[in-house]
Amino acid sequence: MERRSLTATILVHLAALLLLVVILAPVVWLFVMSISSTPDLIAKPLHWWPDTVDLSRYGVLLSSVANSAGEAFVASLFNSIKVAGMATVAALMVAVPSAWAVSRTPSVGWSLYAVIATYMLPPVALAVPLYMTLAWAGLLNNVFGLALVYLTILAPFTTWLMKSGFDSIPREIESAATMDGARLDQILRLITLPLAAPVMATAALFAFLLAWDEFFYALLFTSDQRAKTLTVAIADLAGGRVSDYGLIATAGVLAALPPLIVGLFMQRALIAGLTSGGVKG
Amino acid sequence: MTSTWITTRAWLLMLPLLIVMVAIIGWPLIDTVRLSFTDAKLVGTEGSFVGLDNYVKILSGSNFQRTLITTFWFAVLSVSAEMVIGVLAALLLNQQFYGRSVLRALMILPWALPTVVNATLWRLIYNPEYGALNAMLMQFGLINAYRSWLGEPGTALASLIVADCWKNFPLVALIALAALQAVPRDITAASMVDGAGAWSRFRFVIMPYLAGPLMVALVLRTIEAFKVFDIIWVMTRGGPANSTRTLSILVYQEAFSFQRAGSGASLALIVTLLVTVLAVAYAALIRKSAGVS
Repeated sequence: MERRSLTATILVHLAALLLLVVILAPVVWLFVMSISSTPDLIAKPLHWWPDTVDLSRYGVLLSSVANSAGEAFVASLFNSIKVAGMATVAALMVAVPSAWAVSRTPSVGWSLYAVIATYMLPPVALAVPLYMTLAWAGLLNNVFGLALVYLTILAPFTTWLMKSGFDSIPREIESAATMDGARLDQILRLITLPLAAPVMATAALFAFLLAWDEFFYALLFTSDQRAKTLTVAIADLAGGRVSDYGLIATAGVLAALPPLIVGLFMQRALIAGLTSGGVKG
Repeated sequence: MTSTWITTRAWLLMLPLLIVMVAIIGWPLIDTVRLSFTDAKLVGTEGSFVGLDNYVKILSGSNFQRTLITTFWFAVLSVSAEMVIGVLAALLLNQQFYGRSVLRALMILPWALPTVVNATLWRLIYNPEYGALNAMLMQFGLINAYRSWLGEPGTALASLIVADCWKNFPLVALIALAALQAVPRDITAASMVDGAGAWSRFRFVIMPYLAGPLMVALVLRTIEAFKVFDIIWVMTRGGPANSTRTLSILVYQEAFSFQRAGSGASLALIVTLLVTVLAVAYAALIRKSAGVS
C-alpha cells in the first residue's frame, strides 16, 4: 500500500464524489420524475424533490383497462418478454452444440470467426431483404418473426460466450469418461453440460437483455399492440403527443428495472465476460 | 475415433447454427447486393436493373457527404471522450477511497439502462420548457433564458454526444479497471523507488497493460458509433435541419420512409463497406500493438 499525502486523499475523495454524482444523478432523476406530480414537474423553478410522492402512474401503466395507456404498455411488456424469451431459447439451441464442436475441434474454428464477424454488419445491411421476406411470409408485426430476426444478433453472441465457457472445461474429463466406455451423448448430458450450466445461464441472461434492448428491427417490423416491444412503445411515448413527462419516465423506469437488477447482481460474470474478450483480442 | 469422423461430427453439430446464419444473414446480405443494382420499391414493384446508377447518385449527392461528416464527428467525438473519461475513471477507481466497492458496483447502471430508455431520459433532461438541464443552469445563473438543446442545429449533436458518452464511458472504465488490476504491485513500487513521476509511471509502466484491452474497447465502440441509430432516432430523428442525421438514419429514411429499397440497399452497402474497412484497419492495429507490448 503506497502512502498518500492528505491533499491527495482529499482530492481522490472529491473526484470519487463527482463520479458518483455523474453516474447517479440521471438515473435518480428518472425515478424522481416518475413519482413527481405533474405540477411539480412543470414548476419554475423546478422542484427537484416532489412535495408529495405520487405513485399513481405505476398503477396507470400496469393496469389492463381497455384502450388505456396501460393496456398498450402491458401488451408491449408481454411482447418484449415473449420475443426476448423465444429468441434466447432458439439462440442457445443452435449455439450450444456448435460452441462445443468448435471448442473441441479447433480445425473448424475459422467458421466461428466468420459467424462472429457478422457482428460488424450494420443492421441496415440486412433490413430491406428481411422486411420483404417477413412481409412475404406474413410474419411482419408478429412476435415469431421478430424473434427469428433477433437470432441475427443473439446467435453469434451466445456462440462466442459458450465457446469460451467450454474452453474452460478440461477436455481430459471427457476423454476419461470415453475411456470408461461412456457414449458421446452420455458425456455431454452427464458431464459437460452440467459443468457448463453456469456459463449457459450467463449467456441466456445476456442474450435476453440484448433482445430486451433491441430497437431498430422492432421499429421496422412491428406496427401495433400485437407485436410492438417495450422499446418501441417507449419511443412512441417519448416522441408522441404525451404531455405527462412523469408517465414517460415511469415507462422508462419499468423497462429499465430488469436489466438494472441483473446488472447489479451479475456484475462479476459480466466483467469476466467482457475482459476475457479483451485479453484474447 | 478417426480425425475425419471428429471433423464431420463437428460440422454436423454446427449445422443448425450455419443454416440459421445463412438464412437470416448470408442470404439477406446477398439480396441487398442484388437490390442495390435495381430501382426496386419496398412494397410492390420488383424493380429493374439500373447498373451503378444508385451508387453514382448517392456518392455524388450532398446528402450522403453531409451525413458521412456528421457520422464521423459523432463517432470520433463520442468515442474519444468515452475513452479519456473511462480511463480517468478507472485510474480513480483503482485508488483507495471510502465507498470504493459501492461506486464500482454503481458503474454498471448506465451500461445496463436500455439505450432507448437512456435516450428518452436525456430527451426529458434537455426539454426546452421543463427540462432539468435548463432548470439547473438557470438556478446556478449560468444561462439567463431556457434553451432548446436538441432543437438548435448548433447544440443538438453535442447534446447527443453527451448522452451517448454518459451511457458508454462506464463500460470503458470497467474494462480499463480490470486491466489495471492486472498490473503487478511490485512493478509500480519499483518504478517509484527508481524515481518515476506520475506521468512516466502511467506512460511506461501502466499503459502497456492497458493498451490491449483498451484497443478492443476502442474498436467495438467505434464500430457501434458508426452504426448508431437508436439514440439519435429517439432524441432527434436526425433533426433539426438534418444536423444530427447519421448514415443509419439516412438508410432508414431512404429505404423505409421513402420506400426506395434499391437506393436504400446501395446506401446500406456503402455503410457496411466503411465499417468493414474500419474493422480491418483496427484489426491490423491490434496485431501491431500486441506485438509491441
